[in-house]
Amino acid sequence: MEVKTAGFKEVSVEETLKVSGAEAVIKCLLAEGVEVMYGYPGGAIMPVYDEIYKYKDQIEHVLTRHEQGAAHAAQGYARVTGKVGVAIATSGPGATNLITGIADAHIDSTPMVCITGQVGSHLLGSDAFQEIDMVGLSTPITKWNYQVTKASEIPQVLAKAFYIARSGRPGPVLIDITKDAQFDSLDFSYKKCTGIRSYKPLPEVNLLQVERAAQAINNAKKPMIVFGQGVILGGAEQLLKEVIEKSGVPAAWTILGLSALETDHPLNVGMVGMHGNYAPNLLTNECDVLIAIGMRFDDRVTGDLNTYAKQATVIHFEIDPAEVNKNVQAQIPVLGDVKQTLKLLLEFLQPNSHEQWHNRFKELYSIEYEKIIKNDLSAKHGKIKMAEVLDEINTVSGGNAIIVSDVGQHQMVACRYAKFNATRSNVTSGGLGTMGFALPAAIGAKMGSTAREVVAIIGDGGFQMTLQELATIYQMNVPVKIVVLNNNFLGMVRQWQQMFFEKRYASTEMVNPDFTGIAKAYHLQTNKISERSQLKGAVEEMLASKEAYFLEVSVEKEECVFPMITTGASVSDIRLE
Amino acid sequence: MEKQNYTVSVYTENNLGLLSRIAAIFLKRHINIESITASQSEVHEVMRFIIIVEVTEEQVKKIVGQIEKQIEVIKAFYHKDEELIFQETALYKVRSSGFVEDFDIQSFIKKTNARIVTASPQFFVIEKTGERHETEDLYEKLKPYGLMQFVRSGTIAVSKNEMPISELLEKFNTSNTIQ
Repeated sequence: MEVKTAGFKEVSVEETLKVSGAEAVIKCLLAEGVEVMYGYPGGAIMPVYDEIYKYKDQIEHVLTRHEQGAAHAAQGYARVTGKVGVAIATSGPGATNLITGIADAHIDSTPMVCITGQVGSHLLGSDAFQEIDMVGLSTPITKWNYQVTKASEIPQVLAKAFYIARSGRPGPVLIDITKDAQFDSLDFSYKKCTGIRSYKPLPEVNLLQVERAAQAINNAKKPMIVFGQGVILGGAEQLLKEVIEKSGVPAAWTILGLSALETDHPLNVGMVGMHGNYAPNLLTNECDVLIAIGMRFDDRVTGDLNTYAKQATVIHFEIDPAEVNKNVQAQIPVLGDVKQTLKLLLEFLQPNSHEQWHNRFKELYSIEYEKIIKNDLSAKHGKIKMAEVLDEINTVSGGNAIIVSDVGQHQMVACRYAKFNATRSNVTSGGLGTMGFALPAAIGAKMGSTAREVVAIIGDGGFQMTLQELATIYQMNVPVKIVVLNNNFLGMVRQWQQMFFEKRYASTEMVNPDFTGIAKAYHLQTNKISERSQLKGAVEEMLASKEAYFLEVSVEKEECVFPMITTGASVSDIRLE
Repeated sequence: MEKQNYTVSVYTENNLGLLSRIAAIFLKRHINIESITASQSEVHEVMRFIIIVEVTEEQVKKIVGQIEKQIEVIKAFYHKDEELIFQETALYKVRSSGFVEDFDIQSFIKKTNARIVTASPQFFVIEKTGERHETEDLYEKLKPYGLMQFVRSGTIAVSKNEMPISELLEKFNTSNTIQ
C-alpha cells in the first residue's frame, strides 16, 4: 500500500545506492549536516547503532546515562548553535524516557529530531516486548511525528523531519522506525526538503501592519518593548538593538529572550514576569504602547490577564499566527519572521529618546536595588546568597560565559543576575520548568560551543534528577563547569510553602549526600565552599580549570527570591518582600 | 461570551495519525467533541473533518489557530449553524408488532421523508436524513413502538460561503508519494 505524505520541494539529488534502512538513517543525518547526536542503545534500535559504529569517524555519538539526558543534551546543543539537536533511543522505556525532553523542546520551540526504534512491523499492536505507541504518546508534544514501517520511506521522512524541526517556529519532531525497516534495504538517494504543501512556516508579512506599528511607536509617549526567544530564533538580535537605539524605547525581556540584548545596554531594563525586575513589571501597566517581539505572553509573564497592560496599545511581532490574541489581544499584530519585520519597521521608525520615561525605569530600579539587589549582592553576614555566586561568575568570566540553569530559585536568580555580552548564552527550561535539565543541557551546550565557558547552575534538588550524566561528562571529556547551590531544600516550593502554606514544609527539606564525593567518584575536579571569603577564589579556580569542574556552594537555607508577582496577581502588585 | 454550536471544518492531507493529533487539541482544552466525521473532500487526496463543538467564539478561534498549526492541515474554518447547510442521518430499528398496524405512524414517516430500509416480521429499519431536531422528533415518535436500536451519524455540512482550498493547494503544486 502507498503511504502518502504532504508534497515537498526537493534539492541536492545524490546517486542511488543500495543500503539498509539503518544505514540510510545515518546517511540522512550526514546529509543534514549533523555532527553529533545523543542517545542510548537498545534492542529495537540496534541496527542503527551498528551503523553508528561504522560511521564513527564521520558522526559523533554521545552515550548519555539516561535517555532524558540525551534529549536535554540535544536541546542544549540546539539552543547554543541554532542547529537541530538529535537524540536517539530504543523502543518502549527508552522512547518514553525522551518524553520530558521532547515536551520541554516543544514548549520552548527548540529544533530537535528524535529517532526511536520500534518493534518489527509484524508485531505492532501485539503488546510485544518493549513496544509502546510512541507516535500516540508524542503527538501532543511534537511539531510532527511519523512511524516508518518501510526502509524506502526513510530518506523522505527524515528530510521532512529536519525541515519541519528547523523552519518557521522551530520544534521537536519524532521519527519512530520499526526494526524491520532498519534491516530492510532500499535504493538510497537523498533530497533535502524545502517545502511541504500543507505547511506554511512563515506567514506573509503585511507591510501595512508594519507601518501601523511604526506609527504607534513614533506617536507613543511611554512605549515599552518586551522581547522573547523569537528574536534569538530569528537571528534578529542586531536588528532588535537597532530598533531600540533608533526609537529610544526601553526594552525588557522574558527569560528565554535573555542574552539577545547585552545586559549592560543602557536601554536594557531587565526581566518581566513572576520574579522579574520591579520597573518593567510595574510599568507594563503604565506604558501607552507595549511592543511584544517574539514572545508569547506566558502566564508567568502576564500574571492576571484581566489587569495586564489594559491601558496600552499592544503591538505583537510574531511568527506563529496561533499565538496572536491567544492570551493578550493585540491591536496591531505583525505576523512574520522578526528578522524580516524588524528590518521593515526600522525604516519607518523616527529617531527618538524617551529620556523622561526611561528615568521612570531608573527610579524604580533604585527602589529595587535598595530593597533587594543590594542585599542579594553585598550581604555581609550569614550564609552565601545565590546572587553572590552569580555575581562572582560575572566578574571572573566577564559576562562571556554560557549559563545553563536548572529550575527553581537558582534559575530565577541566574536569570536576574547573570550578565551576558553575547546572544544564545542563556540556556534554561522556561515553559516546562524541567528539574534535571541543566546538567545534560550543559553537555550539549559545551559540545556546541567549545570555545566558550559553559557554567551549569543547579540546585540540590534538580542535580539529583540527572546526576548520572556526570559519567557522560567524564567519558566524553566535556569540560563543563558545574555549580550546585545547595540549600538542602527544594527552595522554590519551600518559598511558596513559607508564603502561602504557613511554613508547612511538606516534603521539601532534603538530607543530601556528599555531592563532591559523588563528583569525585566520577573523576571530576571538585571543591566545596560554605564561607563568603572562599567564594572568589573558588570561582576563579573553577573557571581557570581546563577540565570539567564541580563546585558545591552551601547557600542560605531559607532564602526567598524577590521581587515576586504571586500567582494570579496583577503585574502592578509585584511584591518587594 | 456565550457558548454555542460551532462547526469546525478541517482540510488535511490523508495521513495516518492526524485524527488523534486534531482530537488532542480538543482534549488538552477539556472540550468535548459533540460530533466528528471524516471523509474525502472535493479536492483529490484531501480529507475533510467536520467537528461540532459547543464553545465560545473566542475558544473556537483559538482552536482553529492550533489546528492550522499542524503540519498536515491545509486549512481550517469555523462556522455558526446559520452559515451552513448541514445534515445528519439516523437509523431506527423498531419492533414490527404494533408498527405494521399503525397507519398514522406510517403516514408520518412518509410526511417526514424518512424511508423504510428493511422490513421483516420482527423489525423495521427506518432511515431519516435531516437536521438534528428532525431526527430527534422521529426518535420521540418511534419510542412508544419499541425502539430496539438507534444510531445517528455525525453532522456533515457544506458552507454557504466559499472555501478556496484548491487555490491554496495550487500554490504549492507539489506531490510526494512514499512508495
